[in-house]
Amino acid sequence: MDDMRSVVEALVFASDAPVTVERLKDILGETDRKTLLEILQDIELEYRQRRGGLCLMEVAGGYQFRTKAEFAPWVRKLRGVRPVALTPAAMETLSVVAYRQPVTRQEIEKIRGVDVSGSLKGLLEKKLVRIVGRKNVPGKPIMYGTTRRFLEVFDLKDLSELPTLREITEMEE
Amino acid sequence: MSYEVKLDIFEGPLDLLLYLIRKNELDIYNIPMALVTEQYLEHLEMMKALNLDLAGEYLVLAATLVHIKSRLLLPAEEGAGETEEEQDPRAELVRQLLEYQAFKEAALSLGKRTLLDRDVFKRAVVEEEVPDGPEEAVMEVSLFELIEAFRQVVERMDKEDLLEIDTERISLSDRINEILEDLSREKSLSFTDLLKASRTRKSIIYTLLAILELMKMRVVRAFQSDPFGPIRIFPAVEESADG
Repeated sequence: MDDMRSVVEALVFASDAPVTVERLKDILGETDRKTLLEILQDIELEYRQRRGGLCLMEVAGGYQFRTKAEFAPWVRKLRGVRPVALTPAAMETLSVVAYRQPVTRQEIEKIRGVDVSGSLKGLLEKKLVRIVGRKNVPGKPIMYGTTRRFLEVFDLKDLSELPTLREITEMEE
Repeated sequence: MSYEVKLDIFEGPLDLLLYLIRKNELDIYNIPMALVTEQYLEHLEMMKALNLDLAGEYLVLAATLVHIKSRLLLPAEEGAGETEEEQDPRAELVRQLLEYQAFKEAALSLGKRTLLDRDVFKRAVVEEEVPDGPEEAVMEVSLFELIEAFRQVVERMDKEDLLEIDTERISLSDRINEILEDLSREKSLSFTDLLKASRTRKSIIYTLLAILELMKMRVVRAFQSDPFGPIRIFPAVEESADG
């Protein structure tokens, strides 16, 4: 069990993308899902108790070691680049895609009331949004949805973890 | 030399309207159209004077506001008392505003999450050093050259006398995503290789359509280094260093 734990730790560390339980299962063969989840929880707890600079996060359907948010100022200095911030326009387009996917450009424009081709293009390039198909209406417009990368960047386990849209009825101010 | 200053103060006409409602502490369900329309038009004038990029959508909403205002001035129709709520000419606008506001708030709350590469970081992945984009004098390929290259590939295929079995189920969006994935790995792809990788005539056509669609969306661009040289497909914008 302890050996297994070290192997799992090594695998999570070495993976570029969040590593899924299925992937771990493929590599480790015999071990079942339940044991792996226990091991991952165990590692997560260990890192939490250590109070170090890292934590094990469950994100985008997998697991990943990340630095803790409180150390961001230093890590940012190390990286030397300013994070590519998304513009408010891009964030609005992204949130419409996230909540309404699959969604066409026309549908997004109807909600935002502006042309969104520019922000959509930026989101496609940043791999936060992808083409998921074509809508079966005249003109067969392209439909967009979010990517795994979106979940990874926005610290979401899956789409159901998105905070609920505030109900329209309770929206008076 | 003159500089044109372009600022995006508002994210669009709906954003401006929401701002006016909030600023005047108005009830979104009971918008005083005369006041809002007047202030909205004043803002448009101001933005015009500042040389701000005034998109057509702002004018469309201006027209809508004036239209609603004029309808409110008309006497109510006979017997409309019962269904007054539904017949409020402002209803559609209110619905639109509320919907937009919900997404605007969702966008703000998304932005407040602990973001990767801003608040938290994963192990740095060493990106391979690939020359990004063409270096020597290259020219952008026109549609006709693409079609010509396409024709050549198909011609060569015809000679090989392919046995065509139509079992492959592919869709254009699948092919688009495949090409995008390949591009994210390879940085640039040869147009003929892409076409040749397709086995059936149908999938060649899908490949061509996918490339054309991507070019139309300005996600990829096609270049060649000499007039009849090989055509290569590049992502339209080089990715930032942190990916």
